[in-house]
Amino acid sequence: MAVTTPSEVGAQPVRAGRRPLLSSSRLAWTGTLPFLGYVGVFLLLPTGIVLWDAVHGSSGGFDFGAVSTLWSSSTRSYFVNSAELSAITSVLGAVLGAVLSYAVATGNPEGLIRRLYLAGSGVLAQFGGVTLAFAFLITIGPTSGLLLHAGWFYDFPQGIGLIYVYFQIPLMVLVFLPAMDGLKAQWREATETLGGSAWQFWRYVGGPLLAPAFLGAVLLLFANALSAFATIAAWENQISYVVPQQIGTALSSEVGLSSVNQADVLALGMIAVVAVVMTGYTLLQRRTTRWLR
Amino acid sequence: MTGVEVSLRGLHRRYGSVVALDGLDLTLAPGELVALLGPSGCGKTTTLRLLAGLEDADGGQVTVAGADITHVPSNKRGMGMVFQAYSLFPHMTVRDNVAFGLKLRRAARAERDRRAMEMLELVGLTEQAGRYAHQLSGGQQQRVALARALAISPKVLLLDEPLSALDAKVRAQLRDEIRRIQLEVGTTTLFVTHDQEEALAIADRVGVMRDGRIEQLGTPTDIYSRPATSFVAEFVGLTNRLHGTVAAGSVNVRGCVLPLADPATPDGQATVLVRPEAVTVVPSGPLTGTVIAVTFLGASSRITVDLGDTTVLAQLPTSEATALPAGSAVALTIRPDPVLVA
Ligand SMILES: Nc1ncnc2c1ncn2[C@@H]1O[C@H](COP(=O)(O)OP(=O)(O)OP(=O)(O)O)[C@@H](O)[C@H]1O
Ligand SMILES: [Mg+2]
Repeated sequence: MAVTTPSEVGAQPVRAGRRPLLSSSRLAWTGTLPFLGYVGVFLLLPTGIVLWDAVHGSSGGFDFGAVSTLWSSSTRSYFVNSAELSAITSVLGAVLGAVLSYAVATGNPEGLIRRLYLAGSGVLAQFGGVTLAFAFLITIGPTSGLLLHAGWFYDFPQGIGLIYVYFQIPLMVLVFLPAMDGLKAQWREATETLGGSAWQFWRYVGGPLLAPAFLGAVLLLFANALSAFATIAAWENQISYVVPQQIGTALSSEVGLSSVNQADVLALGMIAVVAVVMTGYTLLQRRTTRWLR
Repeated sequence: MTGVEVSLRGLHRRYGSVVALDGLDLTLAPGELVALLGPSGCGKTTTLRLLAGLEDADGGQVTVAGADITHVPSNKRGMGMVFQAYSLFPHMTVRDNVAFGLKLRRAARAERDRRAMEMLELVGLTEQAGRYAHQLSGGQQQRVALARALAISPKVLLLDEPLSALDAKVRAQLRDEIRRIQLEVGTTTLFVTHDQEEALAIADRVGVMRDGRIEQLGTPTDIYSRPATSFVAEFVGLTNRLHGTVAAGSVNVRGCVLPLADPATPDGQATVLVRPEAVTVVPSGPLTGTVIAVTFLGASSRITVDLGDTTVLAQLPTSEATALPAGSAVALTIRPDPVLVA
């Protein structure tokens, strides 16, 4: 695999007879400073605070008591619910989104349909919170539903799952379409002239080539559902089903410091899960870019 | 395995309002390598894809070994196809790529591997059998693509500009190798290119295409030395366009009287097409001018001569050209070969 060294990235043409102000590798590092600063302030710092608070009791000393509540049955149920909701909606969203991506990828690359889909997906993948929950409530909600009066609208996970799938599908289209586009026409045609059927193409070529991208996308969708808060908060504000809801409840409850501590512990658990999931995503993505450039 | 006859008759194909093929006729003799040559958009790729079954004809007929395959789907045609570039399956090793056609035919693993190694030997890549496409050079990738196409013992071998993504040296080398292998296996082959040198070097016969038809089909010598039309003359090889006067079946170009390839050319003013090889240096002659550039081509060289109102290219042995550096005064004449009028 080709490795680009920092000095190659930062190399700049320099006029003869003059020394560069910064050595080229230093220049490359300078370029990444704003990014590192951003990551530091908005990712590493909060993570550090969460970690610190989670292992310190209200008295200020080390206290792992709160962390051990991660394994308590009530805490575990939030994580199980979160995992269930994320797994169902990521797999469902990924499958439906992949089918949609296929339809878009095989269509006219300059066509109106494709542009509409991409613009639409870009908007819909960000669609969430109160607006989305309300949109579902007035179309299929149990009392005011225009299309049907779904009695299961407030059931977990099917009610909220349906709403989640609504933004999972467009996100899938956005992340999976590039991989779909990376499938070269020559591969299909080579398979065809070598005697392969459409089924054999997907079995031996298309499927294996897209598998890492698909799995990676499932992981990304999983993390997306796991960390979504506004939508589920708008859907149900009394009962906490999933971790983000309980974090919100803990933070806004009036019991005091111990709840804040619980929120930190839950957040720590979330960070751990998301870190694992996103590492998997990155590894799969690396394979995809090599094959489907 | 010996080659079979391939015949395309009256092929028509249009894309919307664009006519890609306009009644194309072409017959390849068993074991023959025909190169399709022509400018961009003239329908070369379309012809190849119709023969491969990757595209449907609007009209016309395709026969292979006498059997009509016009409506046979491409995965039942048994054709070997080599694409311009990047057609290897990136998740398979070189060996698995080459064996893939046999896998689709459900051949046993041992048989597949044996055949794959045999093909890799043919293209000289046995040592790379375990590698992946991204670990090979462009030239090596195209060899593997060739081996993969040949592994299924195709009835016809189809190549669409297989060398155009390679640099000049590798291109010439691989071109000769494709020809060697094609002669060895004896498969009837259609080779598409827009590079005239490549077409003339590799083919038994060259078909020069224009606007969806074959303008001339002939041996490389025919195409180059006896172009049937001014389009072929200008497309293949360098051509001088000189002003002349047609009268009584011959044409007078600056004092040289030349026979006409087409005696029916009407009298009057005309633009005459003259090959650089037909322009020769003489001690004194009808054309005089000054050498303004010398291009070394190897054994021969090409000089550009300023005649005052126009320039003319002449090709001559390098030994003679070295005596004529830029700035030399020179006298030229035109060899009385039959010439075409534009
Ligand atoms: N899928 C398609 N859709 C629309 N038009 C097409 C399509 N394929 C080919 N054409 C048109 O048909 C004509 C012939 O195309 P073709 O690809 O056969 O040309 P070519 O001789 O191979 O050219 P090149 O040397 O550029 O590869 C062109 O005008 C092209 O624009
Ligand atoms: Mg082409």
